[in-house]
Amino acid sequence: MNKPLRRIAIFCGLLVLALLVRDNWIQYVRADELRTDKDNRRVVIERYASPRGNIIVDGKAITGSKESSSSDFKYKRTYVNGPMWAPVTGYASQAFGANQLESIEDGILTGNDDRLFFRKTLDMVTGKEQQGGNVVTTLNAAAQKAAYNGLKARGKGAVVALEPSTGKILALASFPSYDPGSFAGNSTSVDSKAWTKLQKKNNPNDPMLNRALREVYPPGSTFKVLTAAAALEQGLYKDADSRTDSPDPWVMTGTNTELPNEGNIPCKNATLRVALQYSCNTVFGKVGADLGNAKMLETAKKFGFTKEQFVPIRTSASVFSDDMNASQTALSSIGQFNTATTPLQMAMVASAVANNGTLMKPYMVDELQTSNLDAIEKTDPEEMSRPLQAGNAQILQSMMETVVKDGTGKSAQIPGVTVGGKTGTAQRGVDNSGRPYAWFISYAKVDNSSPVAVAVVVEDEKAVRGDISGGGLAAPIAKSVMEAVINSKK
Amino acid sequence: MSSTTNSPTHHTSTIGAIGAPSRRNTELALLVFAVVIPVFAYANVGLAINGEVPAGLLGYGVGLGLLAGIGHLAVRKFAPYADPLMLPLATLLNGLGLVAIWRLDQSKRLQQSSQYVEAAPRQLLYSALGVALLVAVLIFLKDHRVLQRYTYISMAAALVLLVLPLVPGLGADVFGAKIWIKIPGLGTVQPGEFAKIALAVFFAGYLMVKRDALALASRRFLGLYLPRGRDLGPILVVWAISILILIFETDLGTSLLFFGMFIIMLYVATERTSWIVFGLLMSATGAVGVASFQPHIQTRVQAWLDPMREYQLSRQGVFGHTEQVMQALWAFGSGGTLGTGLGQGNSDLIGFAANSDFILATFGEELGLAGVMAILLVYGLIVERGVRTALAARDPFGKLLAIGLSGSFALQVFVVAGGVMGLIPLTGMTLPFVAYGGSSVIANWALIGILLRISDTARRPAPAPAPNPDAEMTQVVRP
Repeated sequence: MNKPLRRIAIFCGLLVLALLVRDNWIQYVRADELRTDKDNRRVVIERYASPRGNIIVDGKAITGSKESSSSDFKYKRTYVNGPMWAPVTGYASQAFGANQLESIEDGILTGNDDRLFFRKTLDMVTGKEQQGGNVVTTLNAAAQKAAYNGLKARGKGAVVALEPSTGKILALASFPSYDPGSFAGNSTSVDSKAWTKLQKKNNPNDPMLNRALREVYPPGSTFKVLTAAAALEQGLYKDADSRTDSPDPWVMTGTNTELPNEGNIPCKNATLRVALQYSCNTVFGKVGADLGNAKMLETAKKFGFTKEQFVPIRTSASVFSDDMNASQTALSSIGQFNTATTPLQMAMVASAVANNGTLMKPYMVDELQTSNLDAIEKTDPEEMSRPLQAGNAQILQSMMETVVKDGTGKSAQIPGVTVGGKTGTAQRGVDNSGRPYAWFISYAKVDNSSPVAVAVVVEDEKAVRGDISGGGLAAPIAKSVMEAVINSKK
Repeated sequence: MSSTTNSPTHHTSTIGAIGAPSRRNTELALLVFAVVIPVFAYANVGLAINGEVPAGLLGYGVGLGLLAGIGHLAVRKFAPYADPLMLPLATLLNGLGLVAIWRLDQSKRLQQSSQYVEAAPRQLLYSALGVALLVAVLIFLKDHRVLQRYTYISMAAALVLLVLPLVPGLGADVFGAKIWIKIPGLGTVQPGEFAKIALAVFFAGYLMVKRDALALASRRFLGLYLPRGRDLGPILVVWAISILILIFETDLGTSLLFFGMFIIMLYVATERTSWIVFGLLMSATGAVGVASFQPHIQTRVQAWLDPMREYQLSRQGVFGHTEQVMQALWAFGSGGTLGTGLGQGNSDLIGFAANSDFILATFGEELGLAGVMAILLVYGLIVERGVRTALAARDPFGKLLAIGLSGSFALQVFVVAGGVMGLIPLTGMTLPFVAYGGSSVIANWALIGILLRISDTARRPAPAPAPNPDAEMTQVVRP
């Protein structure tokens, strides 16, 4: 009987071996995946087990932590001026997870990041409670306030301000917004109710949408800055002040349709400067058609179109199609047809022009710190691309400055400061039945360098159709944001 | 299996070791470890949860120490040549189980449950009863061959035990599986745990008598020896009983365990591979057949194939679904290689049965991969010592009984640990010695008692040869 006994022994050994292999599979190979599974409650428990680190703006915390009454969670997130900062912070809720910076920098904020390992071990040894690290942002509180209040006074929309020389995000506002503190806890009566109310299906204004980064709008005439850049860069026209070959009216290439201009403006064979000053559809439509889809797309891509940006929050990709005929390219080149951009993308366009043609990669996390403010990691400004040669950028600057000085962007003028900008009114809806979006992109220049570039979009449901124009609605917001940045530098 | 003892002879190392050391002192030394390790673990839990050495540490240490000491003294007195590893290994598992149960007793989450009872003191009591039963086995069962006389009584007892949970008013349906009976004043008992031992005795006795008939009278077909029709009878009966358990008690684990044990013993008795083929075919047919109309078993299989979906369904409040499988996987995954440390995990998220069927997940989270592998290896060692006992036993009944008991032990560990770790569909079963549950602990201590008895008989020095009457005669005739 001993031979079968030995075989049974081997069989039992195989059973144990199978268990050991399986154990290695779930506790070693798949361990990280299971440990960080978003449904694994330990992730949330861990997140609130110790006071969460803070998100910092201008040296002040815009978040906080307080002791929580919930049985599973020791601490709860609080927010200072939540609705204003929500597009920056995102939310960290015991019941509903986290997003944006609260999620991306979760490791630092909870103190569980590997880079905080030493600190964590030290705390453990000395018996101190674990403390999360801080996330220091690039934002400018005054600019953010100006942006948010400006939107609040005028309606739905978004504002993005950048520092052209570095790519630092100075303001990132979206309206209507929400208070992430209203559902930070875990109670069904308070937090779940607040959460449900904010969902898009219950609230058509969709307050939780980060319009500055995640919504794409048709850019309208502000896109003409990019088209002008393409005309200069691709060698179609050499400077701002020579006459262009632009009939008015212009029948779009390959069609019988005339491309109209808004109002009675001097667009026939207008120079690029004049065309931008009056926002001539005929001139820039024809520039687009003359360059063709491929060349326009090439320039658009250099400015960051067609790709998601990570700032580090992921943005939507701005759209410029690659399969258009001449007339579609013409329409796209004046910011209509398929062209759609995030407010951040248009701020990047203004920023690249202001920075003499060099586009810096936009970012909003300046530094990661331990709980006692030692730097762990500092973000260095990084060049993203060079969509314009310096000479061409300066030509474009002078054109945009003319727009503010003598053209459609007069309401953005700041005494003693050189401002360049471009208005836009983007039509939407079938046969332009929807209320158009008011756009304004601009930059300010002090002592020959530019401290700020800004993009503003306002979608105002209340405004009368005729009232909506980039110059009237959006430019004043851009102006106050630029002023806030300039004043805070003094 | 190669020899792990010091004996120079291979395979027969424990047979006929005349004058071989009894190894009782080895056992005592190992027992010290088996008691000290859980005591440290217990202190560790207290320090992690409350920041202080738990007040019950002394009581717990003394309790476990006494159990081990009494067990050891009984073995020393009544089974001096018994295997020296089994008692320490079982004590270690029992001690660690107590620690994990006590740790889960401290869980605030579980304390909120209406079913919460402080389980650790009860488990200590059950362990004491179990060791008492072990001692009783050693005292009263002087020779395991005595059990052979009770072959058919064992069969009857096993059947009664198996049917008990189905008796109206006595049985208790706990979350789908009907394997408990309620005894007023005493709580619930899982008769299946005891039936396991009774069945092993019956199979051993029956197969010892019938093995020649089963092995030799067969026809060869396609390289396999086909059994005769009438020899198939007993197998069909056991198979039918397994299927009936599956249908009426909806307990896949017990069913698999009994049938598996029978096939193992049948194979050992007849040395015919064909029986294994038949066994596998029949169990596969049975399981698939029953699963096709038993919703409870279908749910279990689906939960195994897609635990995440099962979790979502359970979250949405769909009746009959459980999030436990996924929760157990998260517990294991969150433990990682070294675990969170005792008392610092969240395995109590599993909720119901966290301290019984799912207790391995607590070890997984708090002691990590290292801890679980160690525990699995301890089980492996117990099984290995059991198989070695079977190899060493001198009589076929002892061989069959030992392999039956250790084989079913191995299968049970595989079924429950594999279920909790998501290797196979989950079935309600307890992890021997570790999981909370009186029936399981008591029955498994009895099982160890019987194995100790068989190994004692096997390793005992052969009695001095009786004077040879023939030799005497020769001398008488000499003048």
